[in-house]
Amino acid sequence: MKFAGYERPDGSVGVRNLILVMAVADCSEPVARAIARKVDGAVAVTQHYGCIPGEMVANTLIGVGQNPNVAAVLLIGMGCEGMPAQALAKMIQQSGKPVEWIAIQDLGGTRKTMIEGEKIIKSLSRDVGNYQRNEFSMDKLTVGVKCGGSDTTSGLAGNPSVGFAVDMLVDAGGSAIMSEPIEAVGAEESLARKAVNPEVKEQIYKMIADEEKRWKIPGAQMEFMCRGNVEGGLTTIEEKSLGAVHKIGSRPIMGVLKTAGGHLEKVPDKKGCYLQDSTHMEPMAMSIMAAAGAQIVIFVSGCGGTFGHAVVPFIKVTGNPEIYSRMADDMDINAGTIITGEESVDSVGKRIYQEIIDVASGKQTIGEIMGYDNFSVFRRDPRMEALLNISPLT
Amino acid sequence: MKRAIIINKNDNVASLLSDVRKNETVHAQLGETMLEYIVKDSIQFGHKFAVKPIKKGENIIKYGEIIGRATSDIGEGCHAHVHNIESLRGRGDLF
Repeated sequence: MKFAGYERPDGSVGVRNLILVMAVADCSEPVARAIARKVDGAVAVTQHYGCIPGEMVANTLIGVGQNPNVAAVLLIGMGCEGMPAQALAKMIQQSGKPVEWIAIQDLGGTRKTMIEGEKIIKSLSRDVGNYQRNEFSMDKLTVGVKCGGSDTTSGLAGNPSVGFAVDMLVDAGGSAIMSEPIEAVGAEESLARKAVNPEVKEQIYKMIADEEKRWKIPGAQMEFMCRGNVEGGLTTIEEKSLGAVHKIGSRPIMGVLKTAGGHLEKVPDKKGCYLQDSTHMEPMAMSIMAAAGAQIVIFVSGCGGTFGHAVVPFIKVTGNPEIYSRMADDMDINAGTIITGEESVDSVGKRIYQEIIDVASGKQTIGEIMGYDNFSVFRRDPRMEALLNISPLT
Repeated sequence: MKRAIIINKNDNVASLLSDVRKNETVHAQLGETMLEYIVKDSIQFGHKFAVKPIKKGENIIKYGEIIGRATSDIGEGCHAHVHNIESLRGRGDLF
């Protein structure tokens, strides 16, 4: 099996050919959005933690800029940021793609920045418009797997069929990332027994134990079971986790991708399944998987969660036949046929694998057709980490 | 036919694949075997019922793994959910 993508200067392969207009912080986001509207195929993104947001946010923005789905980048700064556009541009440029940056204060205000931004983005658009798709083997593809709004069908149908597709992808040389440590609480053993070596096993236990520590602060009234989970029949986080971990399939876990302690780790050349030390919150998890190099994310829901992402196409699967019948317009894959007894997990898994190849080769996901361009960035507050005495994974 | 699934032979709960009414018969699949239960509550699709009597304090087993603990006795065929099961993980009040 092969897919048709866009080769980038660093040898990675994009499944989309986007121009990313990135506001360094949300102060300049409206300007970035206005500039992005001037050409087709441009998306505007930003982050909302201020202009000295810390390494995790900076590394996520850099990683997203370097993501192979992005053909070229225009950074927009205010000018006075602690994290200047120029510094991010320099890091993103390491991927070899065209990267430009401008700052509102340097150019003499909003109007002048809009004019200059439009000029730059139109020039970038002419260049990247000439890029062509070529065929590549599956080892150039990394897929993120995520679930949300889970119900009982997620553990019985949606996640197992995605896991089957992940096994097919990994057997064909590709990689997969799962990014939600809280949804591994109670399912440690089923992940740890697949660790490729004792070091990875230790990292898996540490990642999950650290996440549990963050959530069980006495008196903090934190909750990780949503109403839809409970109405959908899931009783505890343990039950939710044991269903959730099916989606990474059955192949060995090669490592835990680090997101703190100096750098955001990309999917290594050694292909296979990886966990990522990040978050279960969907749009944030997608951004951080994109930063690690994922070109596509598959999302399983029971209640019918519907959104997308600015940079990675988002394949939506539901295992709930009733939700599919009500929300078919929003779903790429119906895995509810497993619950009704019409289809096996293997059969749906094969359909998902084919969908991955089709979407990688240019087929639009429903989220893209609907215009979903969600983007948000996850930050683990380093002050809380210090207070909880949690050290980054090494 | 009202259907349910028991995922692992060690499980003490089954997940319903149909809405059921009190005293209805449910066919629960465990691998190749089909088992019959009479449910004691009206229970909706996706929710669980006990496939054997569960004592207060006993572990709840699904996927062959512990998913929580019974907070009261749960009779065979009775709805098993947040009203009679508690999580043991990620709780600030337990540690």
